Amino acid sequence: MRPFSRRPRHHPVPAGTAATKTIRPAASRDTHAHLRSLLLIAPALVTVGLLFLYPLGYSLVWAFRDETAGGWSFANFIKAYDFYSLDMLFTVVIVTLATLFIGVLSIAIGGYLTLGENRVAVAALRWLYRWPLFIPFVVAGQLMRTFLAKNGMMNNMLVGSGVLDPLSTTSFLDWRGIVITFVWKQTPFAALLVAGAMASLDRSTMEAARNLGAGRVRVLLEIVVPQVATTLMVALILSYVVMMSVLSVPLMINAQTPTMLTVDMAWRINSYGDYPVANALGFISYAMTAVIAWIYLRQGIREGGKPA
Amino acid sequence: MIARTSASTLTAVVLGLLAFAIFGPIANMLLWAVAEAWYFPHKLPVEWGFSFWERVFRPQGNAMESLVNSVLIALATVVASLAIAIPAGLALGRGNLPWRSFFLLLFLLPQAFPSVAVHMNIAHIFYKLGLNGTYAGVMLVHTIQGLVFAVWIATAAFAAVDRELEEAARNMGATAFQAFRTVTLPLALPGILASAIFVFLISLDEFTGTFFVGVPDITTMPLLLFTASMEGNYQIASITALILLVPSVAFMLVIEKFLRADVLAKVGT
Repeated sequence: MRPFSRRPRHHPVPAGTAATKTIRPAASRDTHAHLRSLLLIAPALVTVGLLFLYPLGYSLVWAFRDETAGGWSFANFIKAYDFYSLDMLFTVVIVTLATLFIGVLSIAIGGYLTLGENRVAVAALRWLYRWPLFIPFVVAGQLMRTFLAKNGMMNNMLVGSGVLDPLSTTSFLDWRGIVITFVWKQTPFAALLVAGAMASLDRSTMEAARNLGAGRVRVLLEIVVPQVATTLMVALILSYVVMMSVLSVPLMINAQTPTMLTVDMAWRINSYGDYPVANALGFISYAMTAVIAWIYLRQGIREGGKPA
Repeated sequence: MIARTSASTLTAVVLGLLAFAIFGPIANMLLWAVAEAWYFPHKLPVEWGFSFWERVFRPQGNAMESLVNSVLIALATVVASLAIAIPAGLALGRGNLPWRSFFLLLFLLPQAFPSVAVHMNIAHIFYKLGLNGTYAGVMLVHTIQGLVFAVWIATAAFAAVDRELEEAARNMGATAFQAFRTVTLPLALPGILASAIFVFLISLDEFTGTFFVGVPDITTMPLLLFTASMEGNYQIASITALILLVPSVAFMLVIEKFLRADVLAKVGT
């Protein structure tokens, strides 16, 4: 899961190698190594500080500063709530719904890849599911703008196969379109992580359960999913934060009210230059991710610092 | 026997539906890319042709300018991100770093915040510095996004190099830098290359930061696609989408050759 070493940090030195070379005292060698590592990481720290932490702090200051009365207040939040409370609800509902779908689909895909018995179908699914993985959101937005339109390919297929009659077709370019686009684009990522975790599980318990007569669905839900719960959770949290950050998809699929907070922020800035309210909305979007982001960060630290 | 046949029929139907869900939107875009005219109630384009391609690839057109902008900015972003991320990855993956957990947290943090709010404030700061609408401004806003991933991948790549090989080189008399240059770096190179390609893609596809910082002078491919789409020019939008789609899909298909599975699983988005 983590990009960091799972190896012990103080790797045991093979017998009879470094011992003869040690001339300087250990303490001074350590300080020297610390200093060198800090120098190596310094440019990255400065970049993150200037291009992430500084604008982040800036947005907090803007959100709580009262432009008219001076000083600090919640005035921007009251205004943001008056204008956009519906959009706040809309954002939470859309992103939560999309996250749930992504979770279910990635378990289903990973589960079939792990437990599927039809070799051809497993190979076909493995080849198939990853296509949207790196397709940018702005491209996904354009694909769906044509595909989900009233006269798009989806409705044409439904009419052609007799599921819908031509007069009852509707455009899906509303909240449903946003959810569909998010799920289409983000499921491969979650499924890739989940399937990877499932593939590295010990197969003997699964086979034992199968031999005792447990169905595949039961093995998946009771044996496999609990063991990959951490990976699944990290994949879903990252997907949630990504979807909270996407501006292009809601702009392209559904920019009328109600819409997502990202669109409102861009609108406050580009049309009114209203940084205070835009930043209050930004703070609210931080708050919507804060709880689950905290779980993610704690997990990252625990695994990153873990020696084994 | 009958149960097995119906089960495989069901499997085939589900796979077929999944294939339609995944390739349907792509097919719809491909149709638009070669449509001269397409209007209701026709299910397929009324006229087919490549005149919009000629418009996109005309040397003095907007589209060529955006394509050149996108590639130049992406190359600059790769150089900047890697120059910063390789030393940082070395320190995090290999080095003897105090407060390592704290630094790890710092490099995860940008992933844990919705980025629109951060980007609009970067744009405000850049505006005061005169960086809005410049190549340098757009490159910087891409670098902060690429950097986080580059640091992650470089850390994983350096951590995966066997420390005993380095120690063997040092014992044979190599200096620390020689050991790095001749042992550690070549072994970590596949991971570093993958992160270079990944950062290139991140920059090529970046929308939000460019939306705020690039205006009014720098248009990249994603912004051209967005503008064309909002103006209802679906042909130009679809051709641009196709140009952006090709490297993304190519990367998806070759990624396993560059990255070992354990490194790949450690990559965020």
